[in-house]
Amino acid sequence: MRVTVRLFARLRDISGSGELSRDVEENATIRSVWRRLVDEFPELAEYERSISSAVNADYARMDQAVHDGDEVAFLPPVSGG
Amino acid sequence: MGVPLLAIGPDVLVVEPLVKAVTAGRGSGPGGDGAVATFLGLVRNHNKGRSVRYLEYEAYDPLARRAFERIAAEVAARWPGVVLAVHHRVGRLEIGETSVVIAAASPHRAAAFAACRYAIERVKQIAPIWKREFFEGGETWIEGAVADPDDEGARLEAERVACA
Repeated sequence: MRVTVRLFARLRDISGSGELSRDVEENATIRSVWRRLVDEFPELAEYERSISSAVNADYARMDQAVHDGDEVAFLPPVSGG
Repeated sequence: MGVPLLAIGPDVLVVEPLVKAVTAGRGSGPGGDGAVATFLGLVRNHNKGRSVRYLEYEAYDPLARRAFERIAAEVAARWPGVVLAVHHRVGRLEIGETSVVIAAASPHRAAAFAACRYAIERVKQIAPIWKREFFEGGETWIEGAVADPDDEGARLEAERVACA
């Protein structure tokens, strides 16, 4: 199955794109999508403990399952205001 | 048709439409409010010893709107009767420009002040918005809070600050 990955702020700079399309295994979780990205872009590893994640524009835990067509977003620490 | 209570986008922010919005929409009609507290966040020309030239804000728009909705629901639960508005700007902002406006209307001033302070603390904790600082000699992404809306400790800290 295929998911859309959204990356923001410095994560976007590291990957070179704010939106990626990736094939993932059938029982993938947000965490497994993240690990795959870290394999692809090792600099992301420094965010292992500080990222937040969302599925289809709703905050979600890293162990949540993802489904075909989902938009999975990874968010570095925020700085609005 | 007035402005929405919650919004994120590139438009220049002004306070008065938010004040109208928070005082207009009650079931019993206008006139019941005794106070509106407002907060504006501005782009400052210095940060951690650096001379700031300008900021660029980016957001995950649909999740930012949901975060604002969550904050408004938290305010309604904690301070019944308060109506909240939050507008945040994205894109390039020059020194002195307004990055965020918050307005809280209430029958009495104590709840208006507290809800307004609470809302900006929560925006900084859980809204998926980032600022990139362009300063003399370089640029850097600013990274603050790890966003976790279910972190009750962070929420209570925002409430503690708001009620101090």
